[in-house]
Amino acid sequence: MVIDLDKCSACQACVTACHLENNVALPTAASASKSRSIYWIQMLPMKEGRYPHFKMKMIPVLCFHCEHPPCTKVCPVKATYQNPEGIVGQIYRRCIGCRYCTTACPYTVRHFNWSEPKWPKEMVPSLNPDVSCRTKGVVEKCTFCHHRLQKAREQAKMENRELKPGEYLPACVEACPGQAMYFGDLEDETSEVTKLSREPRAFKLLEDLGTEPKVIYLG
Amino acid sequence: MSDDLKYDSLLLRPIVKTGRAFYITVAILLTLGLWGVVSYLYQLAYGLGVTGLSRPTYWGFYITNFVFFIGISHAGTLISAILRLAQAEWRRAITRSAEVITVMVLLFGVGNVLIDLGRPDRMFNIIKHANFRSPLLWDVSSICTYLTCSIIYLYLPLIPDIAILRDNTTKYRWFYKTLALGWRGTPRQHRRLEIGIAIMAVVVIPVAVSVHTVVSYVFSMTIQPMWHSAIFGPYFVAGAIFSGIAALIIAMAVIRRAYNLQNYLKQIHFNYLGILLLVMTLLWFYFTFSEYLTTFYGNEPVHMAIFYAKFTGEYAPYFWTMVVTCFVIPFAILCNRKTRTVAGTVVASVSITIGMWLERFTIVVPTLVNPRLPWEKGFYIPSWVEIGETVGCFAFFILFYVLFTKFFPIVSIWEIREGREKSVVEVQERVQSYLPSEEEA
Repeated sequence: MVIDLDKCSACQACVTACHLENNVALPTAASASKSRSIYWIQMLPMKEGRYPHFKMKMIPVLCFHCEHPPCTKVCPVKATYQNPEGIVGQIYRRCIGCRYCTTACPYTVRHFNWSEPKWPKEMVPSLNPDVSCRTKGVVEKCTFCHHRLQKAREQAKMENRELKPGEYLPACVEACPGQAMYFGDLEDETSEVTKLSREPRAFKLLEDLGTEPKVIYLG
Repeated sequence: MSDDLKYDSLLLRPIVKTGRAFYITVAILLTLGLWGVVSYLYQLAYGLGVTGLSRPTYWGFYITNFVFFIGISHAGTLISAILRLAQAEWRRAITRSAEVITVMVLLFGVGNVLIDLGRPDRMFNIIKHANFRSPLLWDVSSICTYLTCSIIYLYLPLIPDIAILRDNTTKYRWFYKTLALGWRGTPRQHRRLEIGIAIMAVVVIPVAVSVHTVVSYVFSMTIQPMWHSAIFGPYFVAGAIFSGIAALIIAMAVIRRAYNLQNYLKQIHFNYLGILLLVMTLLWFYFTFSEYLTTFYGNEPVHMAIFYAKFTGEYAPYFWTMVVTCFVIPFAILCNRKTRTVAGTVVASVSITIGMWLERFTIVVPTLVNPRLPWEKGFYIPSWVEIGETVGCFAFFILFYVLFTKFFPIVSIWEIREGREKSVVEVQERVQSYLPSEEEA
């Protein structure tokens, strides 16, 4: 995934789209005051330098699906793992809630269900049936809308063809009104994300840790 | 009374006779323990949201307690095994009370990790889906080994004493008869028992060292600032032995007072343990100094955020209390022979116990509160549930210990007798063998 920060207006459409797509519990005043709201994608204000050389960036941060994830190593029950496509998945039904992965992640993008997730009554019928709801006591995080990949793959299989680029997009990418987010196969030489990732503007967060994030920023 | 108890009938008195003080103690401990049980049930019903934890402070009191209790567990088995192997004769009166601490406190070390789980109903996934790349699984493996070894190591030297109870008491005879495994005290049985104890004493030392090393690996294997440190293994082991000796001194002082064992747990025992404690105080200071100076000199911003949180920031009260209680107070008391008395060592030990809990706390929490990315800083105020469960763990640990003293002698009867009958001569011979023999001289 590539996010062009020069195009991003920090409107947070991605955040809203993600909540609706993935049945993420809605943040409330109570959860926010205790710093317990769950966001699979969230705006991070990054301050750089000191006055008069001060610069502020708003960066949408989600799970970076690292090439070398520190979280999957430490999970005692293999509830989080890296799949062959490079997506870091989470098995909610296996997670024991020890929160070792949340402490090991240097980006703090993993979230814990401190209590049973709740939605307003009117929202319950419109929950996404493709995404399982979590219970209290388990960890959750961005899956790059893995369920959409599965659907697209099934469709391609039915029609007896390979998966086409752009056939599957995560909800945040789809919702971005500024088209600041790009999604594709970083292993494909010719894909748009590969080309963008080679731009001189490209950078990754905390690159020196060697986790090799697969979300690349331009800006 | 048989021949066994010519001298040591005092050691059986707590088992035979039960006074009012015992019932009052048990009642108080049960009440406090009940607070813990109620807290846990409440947490079970409503989730970990009832604690003071949040993002990014994912770990707090429970993990602190876990590290602390596992540390205390080093009191027993390790110290007793080292003293046994070193043939330190003064060990005889104290090994049992040390070994009991290990077994009892390990239960609560493990217990605190289980309390900390979001889904304790799924804890057996650790066996079903074991991931051996996770330091938590290393913990599970080595703590289970340690618990098994220390139960065996407690039980073996207990067998002759259980046989004494079987022969000399009227209560629960079937119980003692089963546990005594037909011990009759023949020379053959004695030889076998001694081999068994010697093997366990050797086995238990590396296991004990591995346990606390692996506990530190839970933190140091992550790449989080001020956790990712190569010194953590030995630092934690030293801290564990340090707090372990302190816990042992407190336990011994209480037993000595409650059961009038001044003649068994003597001034000299406290003096020797006080010297050991003094060595560990200095070692602890050396490790702490190295750890923080390295961080400070390196001056990396992410590390320094945590460093200053401890030195001058919101965790400064905890940090400096730790320095005072772990180093200043015990060092001042223990380096002077005049203050290295029973009362003096107990004051130092209480101070160290508080200090070492704070040390675990200032390792676990400040790192989590200051994440690498500029997310909002965390905050952590424990809720009544966490405090309740912590108090409950302490209460149940003490209760189990008290109950043990009511069923088994807390000072090893047969080992004291062996010391009286054999060792005096043996030691004399040993010392003689060190000296140049007369023919050659």
